[in-house]
Amino acid sequence: MTIQEKFNGDNTRPASLLKSGLTLNDHRNLILKRTEETGFYNGLEQLEFKENDPIGYERIFSKLRAGLVNSREVAKKIAASPIVEQEGELCFTLYNAAGDCIATSTGIIIHVGTMGAAIKYMIQNNWEANPGINPGDMFTNNDCQIGNVHPCDIATIVPVFHEGTLIGWVGGVTHVIDVGAVGPGSMSNGQVQRFGDGVQITCRKTGVNDTPLRDWLHESQRNVRTPKYWILDEKTRIAGCHMIRDLVEETVREEGLEAYEKFATEVIEDGRRGLVSRIKAMTIPGKIKTVAFVDVPYAHEDVAVPSPFAKVDTIMHAPCEITIKPDASWRLDFEGCSRWGWHTYNANPVAFTSGIWVMMTQSLVPTERINDGARYATEFRLPKGTWTNPDDRRTAHADAWHFLVSSWSSLWRGVSRTYFGRGYLEEVNAGNSNPCNWLQGGGINQEGEIHAVNSFETAACGTGACAVKDGLNHAAAIWNPEGDMGDIEIWELAEPLLYMGRTIKTNTGGYGKYRGGLGFETLRMVWGSADWTMFFMGNGYMNSDWGMMGGYPAATGYRFEAHNTGLLERIQEGKSLPLGKDRDPSECELEKHLSDDALVKRDKQCITTEAIFENGDLYLNYLRGGPGFGDPLERDIAGVENDLNQNFVLPEFAEKIYGVVISQDKDNTWCIDAQKTQARRAAIRKERIARGTPTRQWMETERQRILDKEASVQVQQMFASSFYLSASFLNEFKAFWDLPDSWELLEESLGTPMFGAKHHMDLSELPDVHPVIMTEQ
Amino acid sequence: MSNFTKKQVADLVKGSLDWDTLHMMLSMPKDKERYANYMSVLQDQVSWDDKIIMAFGPHLFLAETSADKSLVTKCSCGHDFGDYRTNWKLNALVYVRDDEEKMSQVYPTLMAPDTSWQVYREYYCPSCGVMHDIEAPTPWYPVIHDFQPDIPALFDWLDLPVPVNA
Ligand SMILES: [Zn+2]
Repeated sequence: MTIQEKFNGDNTRPASLLKSGLTLNDHRNLILKRTEETGFYNGLEQLEFKENDPIGYERIFSKLRAGLVNSREVAKKIAASPIVEQEGELCFTLYNAAGDCIATSTGIIIHVGTMGAAIKYMIQNNWEANPGINPGDMFTNNDCQIGNVHPCDIATIVPVFHEGTLIGWVGGVTHVIDVGAVGPGSMSNGQVQRFGDGVQITCRKTGVNDTPLRDWLHESQRNVRTPKYWILDEKTRIAGCHMIRDLVEETVREEGLEAYEKFATEVIEDGRRGLVSRIKAMTIPGKIKTVAFVDVPYAHEDVAVPSPFAKVDTIMHAPCEITIKPDASWRLDFEGCSRWGWHTYNANPVAFTSGIWVMMTQSLVPTERINDGARYATEFRLPKGTWTNPDDRRTAHADAWHFLVSSWSSLWRGVSRTYFGRGYLEEVNAGNSNPCNWLQGGGINQEGEIHAVNSFETAACGTGACAVKDGLNHAAAIWNPEGDMGDIEIWELAEPLLYMGRTIKTNTGGYGKYRGGLGFETLRMVWGSADWTMFFMGNGYMNSDWGMMGGYPAATGYRFEAHNTGLLERIQEGKSLPLGKDRDPSECELEKHLSDDALVKRDKQCITTEAIFENGDLYLNYLRGGPGFGDPLERDIAGVENDLNQNFVLPEFAEKIYGVVISQDKDNTWCIDAQKTQARRAAIRKERIARGTPTRQWMETERQRILDKEASVQVQQMFASSFYLSASFLNEFKAFWDLPDSWELLEESLGTPMFGAKHHMDLSELPDVHPVIMTEQ
Repeated sequence: MSNFTKKQVADLVKGSLDWDTLHMMLSMPKDKERYANYMSVLQDQVSWDDKIIMAFGPHLFLAETSADKSLVTKCSCGHDFGDYRTNWKLNALVYVRDDEEKMSQVYPTLMAPDTSWQVYREYYCPSCGVMHDIEAPTPWYPVIHDFQPDIPALFDWLDLPVPVNA
C-alpha cells in the first residue's frame, strides 16, 4: 500500500480539541504514518473490538448506518427542490476525528469523498486555530479546488464533540438547483472559468451555536437565482447533520466513548480488508487497458462563450490501466489523459476517485460498509495537468459529470472482463450510459419569479447490459444508485414546461446478445413563462460508452428544438399536435405538427448555451440508453420479437443487426421466422468475413493516414495534448504504429488557440494554501 | 457461502438461470468453485480438446493446448489466435465504420457518431465470423490490448496448480 498524502500544515498551536493533546493535523499525520508503515489503517493489525465483541461492534455499525439512512429520508422531506425531494440528490456521511469516513447514508455517495476532502482541508490548513472549531459550529463548502465535483453540490459540515473533545464530523450534501453561475441551472455551461462557475465557498464557518450566521444567509441567498430552494436545501442539510450528531452522542452514551472511538477506527481497516477480499474473490490479477472519450463541440455557432480561446472543438481522452496485483490490492493509472480545458467539464482528483466508489458499490463492494477503507486499498494515479487533475486555479467544473461519467464507463468494462473470465457473469456490466441530456435554463417562470431549472429526468437513463440479461430501461444513472425520473406533475410545477409526451426512446439501447437498457424522451412545450432560455448538455458527435465483447455502444445523442411553432394556434384550432414520440429522427415526425415556417434545429450539436424560448416553443429532452453485451447475432429471437413489438428497436435495424427475418401480421404484430433467421445469421457471418480486413493489413493503411496527418483537428488536438503531457503515451503510440523517431504532433501546428497549454498557475501557489493531495500525480 | 451446481452455472452461461438463484449469486459471497464449474461448462460447449483455463468473451477463450501445453487465445470454433500474450485482435479481421454510410447501417440518422470524431472497429473471427469485440475510439487510436491476465497469481488465488507455460 502507498499512502499518497502530503504531510503539510502550519504550526500555530491552539488548545487541543483532542484528548491526546495533539493538533488535528498531527493526529491525522500520525494515522497516515502508522498506515504507511504497517499496511493497516492506523496500524491496526488486529481488529480487537470486532474480534472480541463482534455483537457490540455490529450493534454500533447497525445503529449508525440505520440512523444515517433514516436521517436522509427525514431530511429529504424538508427540501422543496425536486432535485432533492424527488430525485434523492442528497447524502449524509459520518467521519472520525481525522476526517476518514466511517459510514454513509444512501444517495449521492460520491460525497463520502468530497466532504471528507473538505474536512481534511480544514485539518491541514489549521482551521482549529482560525476560524476555530467549536461545538455548535457549521461549515459550508462547495469549492471544486478542494475536491467538490461541481459548485452546485453544497456541503454542510458539523463537528461532533463529547465533553469538549472532538470525536468526529458529520457532513450533509444536497445538489442545489442554481449557484449563480453565468448560465442558469446547476450544471450550466457558457462560462469557461471558475470566475463564472457560480458562488464558491471554501470551508467557511457559516453557523455558530447551531444557528446559521446572518451575514451568510443574506449573502448566499442573493448570490443564487433560486433563494427559496437554496434556503430549504440548507435547512435539509442542517437538520440531517444534527439528527446524526444526536445519534452519535446517544451511541457514545450507550456504548461508551472508548468503544465508539475504537469502532470509528477499526471500521475503516475493516473496510480496507473488505475490498481486498472481494478483489481476490471476484477478479483476475493482471493488467487491464481501457479508454474513453467524449465530445466538446465548442466551435459551433450555438455555443456562445465569453473567451475566444474557448471556441474550439476538443475531445476528452481518458485511457486507464488497471493493475490488479497478486496481493489483491489494485492501482488505477490514468497516464495519457488529455489536458483540462476552457469549459465546465474539468474534474478534481477527489471528485474523480470518489465517484469510482459509487461504481464499485454496485459491483465490487455491494455492501452498506462503504467507507474510507476502500480508498486505503487503492492506488490512484491522476497526472497533473490533465483534466482529472488541473494545474490551473481558473478551471470551471459545473458539469464535471460530462467527463466523469464518460471516463468511468470504460472502468466497468475493464473490471467486468475479470468477473467474466472466471465465471461471475452475474456481476458483468457493459458500462454506464452517459446520463444526459441535461435540460437547463432559466429566466422568469410561471410564478413571475426569477428561476433556474435543471431537469433531473437524467437520473433514469438506460443501464448497461449484463452478461446474462438486458440492461434496464430508463432506470438509473451512475451518480445516484437510487435515481428516479421524477413525476411529471412535479416537474410541471417546478418548470414552465408542459409535457407533450414522455415515452421510451426507440433504438437507444446498444445492440447485443443482451442489449443495453433504453433511454426515454420527453417533449416539453414552454408555457406560462415571461422570459425564458434553455440549452442542451450531453454527448452528440461521440459515444462515451462502448459495448462489451461484441455488443454495440448505445445510440449517440441528437438535438431537437423548435421555435415559432404555431402550436398555440394549432391548439385553439384543434389541429394535430406533436405528442412526444420522435421514433426515427430521419422521419421528422414532430415537424409534421408544426407551422410551415417553424424554425427547427435538428442536429448533433448536443451542447449549446442559452437560447431564447418563447411560450409554445418545443424542446426534446432525450435521455440516453446503455451499451450492449455480446454479438447481436446471438440474441434470443423472442427477445428481438419483443423489442420490435414494444418499439424498442426499429425494424430496419432488427434486420441488419440482429439478422432476423421478420413480417407483420394483420394486427401489426411482428413475427420472426426462426428458420430463415438462422440462415440469414449464417449469411451475415459470411458477409463479415468477406468485408473484414486482417487487422495488421488495416494497420498499414491507418499508419499511412497518421503519417499524412489525415484526421480532423479535434482528433489531432486530443492526441497532441496527451502527447505533450505524457512521454510514455507518445512512445507507446509511436511504437504501436511503428512511426519514425522523428515523428511528432505538436498542438502548435494545428492553428487552434492554446491558452493554458503552456502557461498556468496552480492553487498551491496561493499564499498559505496547503492542498490535500490523496493521489499520485 | 453458497455452492451452485454445474447445471446452475450452465444455465447462467446460457442466460436461462431463474431469477431467485441469480439473485442469490449476486447477493451472497462468491463461490470459489465457480471457476471449475464454469470451465467445465465452457469445455462442454466446444468440440476441441485443448483445455480452457479462462474466458475472454462468450466465444473467446484462453486455452492450454494438448499438443505442447502452450497457452493460446482460441475461438469457440477452434480458430487459434496465437500466444495469449499477444493481442488477439491483431490476428482477427477488422471492419472499420469510418464514414456516414457505414455508420447508417447500424444506427438511424443522427443517432450514430460523426466519423470525423469517432469510428467503430468491429473485430471478427476469420474462421466463423463471430464478432468478438467492437472498439469505438477516435481515428488513429492504437488497437487496445484489453486484458493481460497474471495466470500464476490467479492460480495461486484459486489454490490450483499453475499451468506449466504461464
Ligand atoms: Zn471463430
